[in-house]
Amino acid sequence: MSDLQMTDVVPLVPRARTGVGHVAPLLPLEVSGLRLDVGGAALLDGVDLTLAPGGCTVIMGPNGAGKSILLKLLHGLLAPSSGSVSWNALPATQATARQALVFQKPVLLRRSVAANMDFVLKARGADRGRRDALLEDVGLAHKARQPARLLSGGEAQRLALARALATDPEVLFLDEPTASLDPASVLVIERIVGEACARGTRIVFVTHDIGQARRIADEVVFLHRGRVAEHSRATDFFPEPRSQAARDYLAGKIIV
Amino acid sequence: MTIVRLIATTALSLCLAGAVAAEDTSIIVQSTTSTANSGLYDYLLPIYSGESGITVKVVAVGTGQAIKNAENCDGDLLLVHAKASEEKFVEAGFGTKRTDLMYNDFVIVGPENDPAGVAGSSDAKAALTKIAETGALFASRGDDSGTHKKEVALWKAAGVDPSSASGDWYRETGSGMGATLNAGIGMGAYVLTDRATWISFQNKQDYKIEVEGDETLFNQYGVIPVNPEKCPSVKIDAAQNFADWLLSSEGQEAIAAYKVDGQQLFFPNAPKE
Amino acid sequence: MQSIGEAFRLAFTLVVTGEADLYEIVALSLQVSLSATLLACLVGLPIGALVAVSRFRGRGLVLVVMNALMGLPPVVVGLLVYLYLSRSGPLGFLGLLYTPGAMILAQTILIVPIVAALSRQVLEDLHAEYAEQFRSLCLSRWQSVTTLLWDGRYALLTVGLAGFGRAVAEVGAVIIVGGNIDHATRVMTTAIALETSKGDLPLALALGIVLLVLALGVNAGVQSLRMSAARHAMVGASHV
Repeated sequence: MSDLQMTDVVPLVPRARTGVGHVAPLLPLEVSGLRLDVGGAALLDGVDLTLAPGGCTVIMGPNGAGKSILLKLLHGLLAPSSGSVSWNALPATQATARQALVFQKPVLLRRSVAANMDFVLKARGADRGRRDALLEDVGLAHKARQPARLLSGGEAQRLALARALATDPEVLFLDEPTASLDPASVLVIERIVGEACARGTRIVFVTHDIGQARRIADEVVFLHRGRVAEHSRATDFFPEPRSQAARDYLAGKIIV
Repeated sequence: MTIVRLIATTALSLCLAGAVAAEDTSIIVQSTTSTANSGLYDYLLPIYSGESGITVKVVAVGTGQAIKNAENCDGDLLLVHAKASEEKFVEAGFGTKRTDLMYNDFVIVGPENDPAGVAGSSDAKAALTKIAETGALFASRGDDSGTHKKEVALWKAAGVDPSSASGDWYRETGSGMGATLNAGIGMGAYVLTDRATWISFQNKQDYKIEVEGDETLFNQYGVIPVNPEKCPSVKIDAAQNFADWLLSSEGQEAIAAYKVDGQQLFFPNAPKE
Repeated sequence: MQSIGEAFRLAFTLVVTGEADLYEIVALSLQVSLSATLLACLVGLPIGALVAVSRFRGRGLVLVVMNALMGLPPVVVGLLVYLYLSRSGPLGFLGLLYTPGAMILAQTILIVPIVAALSRQVLEDLHAEYAEQFRSLCLSRWQSVTTLLWDGRYALLTVGLAGFGRAVAEVGAVIIVGGNIDHATRVMTTAIALETSKGDLPLALALGIVLLVLALGVNAGVQSLRMSAARHAMVGASHV
């Protein structure tokens, strides 16, 4: 763990909507020369990336390409060894507070479903009245009083998504949220992510599932061996990937 | 929220404990253990408290520690049995006045088979010399208590320095009378004990009194109120009241009346007024 | 060895006949040790939680010291508290020596390290699971600590029980600061020590059996509380 420099806990920053009043928008995102070394190995090496406001970016790539690491660096959970992540030149701590991340394995508190929602709403100083509507939206209203730890995998991930949206994030990161979930939950999650995107929430979605990527992506960032191999519009990427690595990946030649 | 209430109750009970302690109807007696372990206080205190309304709280430790505690002002009255130390205590100004209260005697108890052959002796010096010569086990308090001080004096009179045999046949337990008796009986050693503790002791097994009746085995108890000039916290009126009662003819009769198994444990000898 | 059978018979008789003196001693034992446990949790849990979520220079040393203090000898704690509470000591004016308050204080000091060290371990494991989520939510240190304490509450109950077990079983500290005064500061362990010194081994052993049953009762009580709370949460009948 010693090389993984975790950033310190940051103070709570008041919520702000994109473009409202004098609060500066989070986007565009400028990433340059991003590198992360762990135990002498470079997990990411020289990542340059620009994300414009709006839409859904899917990050793809084989296992070990550095997708999850990149997501955590963008969200500010990890500090880079070198290079920079700049959310419209805003302080990094402020950026984290205006974003949310749905982990591959949902981290749920040992409390009821409703209390998990309340916890986040309270921590972010958000309106608690939205809880029931959010739970309704992910199909968990009837399980509000149950202990969250007893939910099935799909239910747990839907709760994690509802909880992330409860904070009204300007950027929503999702790290392979639907890996090994039941098809119904996958569809619910894709629908809700799509709706959030339509409302203006910037989506950054890591997935292995090519079909899913086709369904939700506006643009694709293809990572290979710790570098951005390709960054292009979805309509260009899927029919005609430019990089050899992406072509092999889509053709199923790179399995891992 | 029950947790909060529980915490509040605890804090309150802590405060109350302090407040109750500050009330002025009770005194603390720093005492030797023999008077407590033999049940004397259990007999005397209900009589006294019933008449006076003063609650007497007894802290029973060795004489040495009782005196130290009293010097720290952690008691109102001292009841111990080591005359020389008691007089020093008064001279140093910690006590107002020392008065003889009662006496009994020390005895040497040992196992049935009597390895040193001292049974029936009434000469303590000779018996101790024999024990040392035969190397029979002897368990000492070794804790600076009244009994320990008496034992050290007896060895000195016998011309034996047992400390050189410490850990060999001379075993210092460093604990109270009862614990030393338990240990001594466990290892088959001779033990010097006051008669009151011995009579009321319930783990005698095959032990019996081997040596008794020597006048050097005399055991005098004294009572001393702690001096309020040294210790302003002392409740001198109540302490003096209890001391006066113990020394009065009524208190003295009560001491004489206390018996275990039909045997009188303490013999009152307060000076007559 | 016959005294063991005698002790069990005696213990049974003691409890059944319900001697007032015994109940007084039992009640004081519970009052003192439960109060000490509660106070120790109040002090020790936040310390354990803070150390669990914090990374600082010298943390390793702090952990070693915390763990070592779990082995505090009761007699030493008793002596220290005695020296402070003695009339000639700095806190003598409180008049706490030879009161249940002094015993609570001594036992609290004795078990704070146990509560702090064990809760640190429990909460650090929990924190390892929660840490990234907490950082993502930008929780303050205080919010992290309170969340861990609440979510770890069932594991922490066991920590509290460990503290209680140590408190209710120790004799070295309470006998020095309490004085084993009849009807005032006599608790189960000091009563056992007294009966042992009187040579009444069966009675001492019988009291020991009663103490064991007492500890068993407290543990069973907490366990059933825990289970009913868990069942409650499963069924989800009301607010959690």
